[in-house]
Amino acid sequence: MATKASAGVTGETGGDGVPSGVRRRDFLNVAAVSFAGVGTVAALAPLIVQMSPSADVLALSTTEVDISKIQPGQGIKTQWRKQPIFIRNLTPKEIAEANAVSLSDLRDPQSLADRTKPGKANWLITLGVCTHLGCVPLGIGEGENKGPYGGYFCPCHGSMYDTAARIRQGPAPKNLEVPEYKFTSPTTVQIGS
Amino acid sequence: MSFSWAKPYEPKHPAMKWLDQRLPIPRLVYGATGPGYPVPRNLNYFWNFGVLAGVFLTIQIVTGIVLAMHYVSTADGAFNSVNQLIMRDVNAGWLLRYAHMNGASFFFIVVYIHIFRGLYYGSYKPPRELVWMLGLVIYLLMMANAFMGYVLPWGQMSYWGAQVITGFFSAFPLVGEPIRVWLLGGYAPDQAALTRFFSLHYLLPFVIAAVVILHIWALHIPGSGNPTGVDVKDEKDTLPFHPYFTAKDGWFSASFLLIYALVTFYAPNYLGHPDNYIPANPLATPAHIVPEWYFWPFYAILRSFTLDFILPAKLWGVLAMFSSILLLFFLPWLDKSPVRSGTYRPLFKRFFWLMVIDVLILGYVGGAPISAFRTALGQFAAAYYFLHFLVILPLVSKFETTLPLPNSISESVLGERGTMATAG
Repeated sequence: MATKASAGVTGETGGDGVPSGVRRRDFLNVAAVSFAGVGTVAALAPLIVQMSPSADVLALSTTEVDISKIQPGQGIKTQWRKQPIFIRNLTPKEIAEANAVSLSDLRDPQSLADRTKPGKANWLITLGVCTHLGCVPLGIGEGENKGPYGGYFCPCHGSMYDTAARIRQGPAPKNLEVPEYKFTSPTTVQIGS
Repeated sequence: MSFSWAKPYEPKHPAMKWLDQRLPIPRLVYGATGPGYPVPRNLNYFWNFGVLAGVFLTIQIVTGIVLAMHYVSTADGAFNSVNQLIMRDVNAGWLLRYAHMNGASFFFIVVYIHIFRGLYYGSYKPPRELVWMLGLVIYLLMMANAFMGYVLPWGQMSYWGAQVITGFFSAFPLVGEPIRVWLLGGYAPDQAALTRFFSLHYLLPFVIAAVVILHIWALHIPGSGNPTGVDVKDEKDTLPFHPYFTAKDGWFSASFLLIYALVTFYAPNYLGHPDNYIPANPLATPAHIVPEWYFWPFYAILRSFTLDFILPAKLWGVLAMFSSILLLFFLPWLDKSPVRSGTYRPLFKRFFWLMVIDVLILGYVGGAPISAFRTALGQFAAAYYFLHFLVILPLVSKFETTLPLPNSISESVLGERGTMATAG
């Protein structure tokens, strides 16, 4: 719309004195709106980041657990970042059962060795959060229903996990998640990093 | 905005004249809900549910504001502030709490009847598409707000409801889990989540009220639809809103509130879950977790995907659940039949009732514990739901032979007398 004629009328010219299609006012409009836009986005940032986990929540990101009292075949339920953690001392039979499964039969193929630390295949440490919709599966406590695969059974929608806490049947898409952890001593585990 | 025969506002008292020239609020009320707003004379009782929804929004805002004066939004204090302080110690606290709790359920009952009224009588059709879409926005806001309100007592169902519903987001690949953590402000529901849900639960009702104003504004451009679906032609077809419909709405609201009072006083926990009287325990999930009844059909759609097909089953479930509502936004273009009212659409009417039964089945499946039979039933019903809106409705509107429409609203009401009355 900004023709040579109109540029001539308003006396607006390009830098080299030749009338151009872009008026000085157009430039000012674009510059002002862009500046305000960037400013608005910058002002939104604190409103958005305030919702991310705060420092006190992140401060809980490591938990030390004493595992010396857990006998083979037993497990404990503890908490890390407010989520349940299952720590289980597998029996040789449970380890053998987990290793007997062919990976191609699994929905989320992982071997027991992938899910434990080298030389510590009996220590299975996972989140106690069903990967379907976040319920806490049964099977860690004494006498709880471990499901047909001897691991965990989620009562909400019937997901069944094996002795390596891998999904075997039911709606859950993934194995129970293995958090980051390390052995700080033979009897102590630090969960989180 | 209104029909040409609408009575204009004429202030009599000098004070009202003075006000009218400066801030014409009485004029607005007179033209919107007073004698200055002509309404089709043949509205049946299903048309009372819009006003009734407004009544329940008001009840929820009023009881909610006073409950917030006593509620403590901390993970340690929330459960006791509801179940000890408000239910036992605060004067009339039990009444306010039960009124608010059941008010939510009744708000949904009313809104569901209102929505199905719209579906049957074609209220989503031109020129009222925006009225329909704004209504859906209100419905979505209501769902979000009901969910957050249910979390506030911090009982077992509150906690695990929050866990499961925010878990929907984790179904999306890559971005899902960070979004979930961002929404919760932590890795599991806790203090941060509770406080922000409280803050938003207080905010959203006012957002809803604002969208309600837009909904009514958009409605008042063409005016209300009516059971025949025939446009208003002249003054004989209408009656002024006041006193005719204020009286009818008042009478009907009072009757309906009687049922609400019956439940609130005599069966206040009938629509809730006993598990929510157990304090939230992040380490143990209730054996049978279900949402409140008004979410059951959607919960059934969510759960009906059990097989991975290109995408994980869980993601299919979440997508299907969201689409089941979003597709309603496209209804004005899915059903193109020029006849609005289901009364004159014999084929549509049959499929409409099948769809109602289908939604009831979904509701039953969503609320009941999982079994092989119910999963299969839910899958069938979920498939039919989409089939109805995406295939059956467009085909029916294309091939159906509709019944002859009455010439006018007054003729449909008064028969020959209506036409005679014109002469007189």
